[in-house]
Amino acid sequence: MTGRNINFKHRVAVVGAGMTLFRSRMLETPQELAWLAAKQALDEAGLTLKDIDCVVIGSAPDAFDGVHMKGEYLAEGAGGIHKPTVRVFVGGATGVFVPIAAWWHVASGLCKRVLAVAEEKMSHAAKPHTQYVFRYIWDPIVEKPLNPNLIWIFAMEMHRYMHKCNVKKEDIALVSVKNKRNACGHPSAQLCMPNITVDDVLKSEVLVWPVQLYDISPTTDGAAALVLASEEEARRITDTPVWVKGIGWTLDTTHWTNRDLAYPEYVRRAAEMAYRMAGIDNPRKQIDVAEPYDPFDYKELHHMEGLGLAKKCEAPILTREGVTQRDGDLPINPSGGLLGVGNPIAAAGLMKVAEIFWQVRGEAGARQVKKPVYTGLAQAWGDLMQAGTVIVMGI
Amino acid sequence: MSGATKPLNPRGTKYEKVDFPVFEFPVVGKARYNYTTGQALGRFLAGLKEGKILGTYCAKCGRVFVPPRMYCSYCFREVDGWIEARDEGVVVTAVLSYISATRARLEKPVAVGVIKLDVPGRQFDDHFFPGLMHYICGASEDDVKSMRIFGARVKAKWKPPEQRTGSITDIECFEVVRP
Repeated sequence: MTGRNINFKHRVAVVGAGMTLFRSRMLETPQELAWLAAKQALDEAGLTLKDIDCVVIGSAPDAFDGVHMKGEYLAEGAGGIHKPTVRVFVGGATGVFVPIAAWWHVASGLCKRVLAVAEEKMSHAAKPHTQYVFRYIWDPIVEKPLNPNLIWIFAMEMHRYMHKCNVKKEDIALVSVKNKRNACGHPSAQLCMPNITVDDVLKSEVLVWPVQLYDISPTTDGAAALVLASEEEARRITDTPVWVKGIGWTLDTTHWTNRDLAYPEYVRRAAEMAYRMAGIDNPRKQIDVAEPYDPFDYKELHHMEGLGLAKKCEAPILTREGVTQRDGDLPINPSGGLLGVGNPIAAAGLMKVAEIFWQVRGEAGARQVKKPVYTGLAQAWGDLMQAGTVIVMGI
Repeated sequence: MSGATKPLNPRGTKYEKVDFPVFEFPVVGKARYNYTTGQALGRFLAGLKEGKILGTYCAKCGRVFVPPRMYCSYCFREVDGWIEARDEGVVVTAVLSYISATRARLEKPVAVGVIKLDVPGRQFDDHFFPGLMHYICGASEDDVKSMRIFGARVKAKWKPPEQRTGSITDIECFEVVRP
């Protein structure tokens, strides 16, 4: 990995962020949601759409919104009319891929100020159930004939991880409890559950053993947005820019039945790329707060290990010891994450990046972690345990 | 609470049960797909019809691919040939599904998992191996929940030859081999 050069023209900063409420079945259309988030991000940066050179849109499967070529459809609400506008899409990893794509627009010198918007409306595809839309991610020849449900693969991954690392369900449920409690500090959160216990998680409906209802994030509608700018512009726009220090992204093979599911290789490689750029060689010490992707509770643990924030099989121990609490030594998902704030797929990933922005600026209110934040990390993951995206930000 | 609580204005309108206007559009007809099986999976499916599980291998890195592909995606070169896996292997992970593909509750849970297949004369570690997802039969709910099923030997239970169509479902399930 050494010896690879990192070349870019401009340093890039985030100068504004916005997000909508995260809820199931919101009244707004996808375009309206995108507009609400984009407008808030512009307002926070003190800019108008006239100041924006390029627009990056992120949204996960078209099938959720029920609109073909959703990027073009969303462009209006995302401020993309008559501007160079592009949609990026790597499934669940999209939310963090949006600021990565916005970064290269700015770092290359192509655009000075970029609006990055992610939106998802999962609730219209509710017949017979949102789950049904996920049929189309399976291999059509060797998997679909078995009539799978999306949760199968995650249950298989979770069970493999539990087996390999000797983890009990009680330990995994602690993640869900932490995040759903943390969500109570979030003004946009869908699932604030201040009194939830491990017992509640273990007693919830069994979907695909070992996955139960409270192990999973809810289906959610919502949007989030960021404004990114080059160094020169950022210093003009704000006194407190938050710098993008490192970015990384990788894909693994969709032939997931050929590889061990106990460790997320796709995250490790993406993290290595981001850390190299950010000059991080000891993430456990150098990352002050992290928002790893947690659509399932075990995924937070899995991803902490892939990110090098914990050794292999160590994340459940850190969680049990309280290290990952908002006031702990390594706060993980102080926002409440997807398990608490909600999971509008692409928007959820971008929400995590916005949270790190607010944490670094000290503007996260009730969610602000107790220790000083110099460097934070957000990460997302998508498809068949396949796509990994990582961003490191700091002062 | 201390300090400002961003997002300052998380606008958006909550769902109110009483007045939630929806617009439902009719889907005319049913979209159906005719997927090509491709070269590698075409031969794999033809093999299933004959009761064989076929794979390919790369002589450069030694990987064995089941399901097969025509190229080694790691060395980015054509595979060196075909290989037959045994219809037996061990369970690397298994779960119990209590819901259908549409999330309806099932009366009885079904066991599914990933089977690491044996290939005569070759050894595989946990990091890359010939493997298939399939139903697992002959295991109790407790075998799966207690994780006893991990590492268990299983053998393909084939449909009778006249009922096979060249599909992954020509194997009904992988059945636990009781010693």
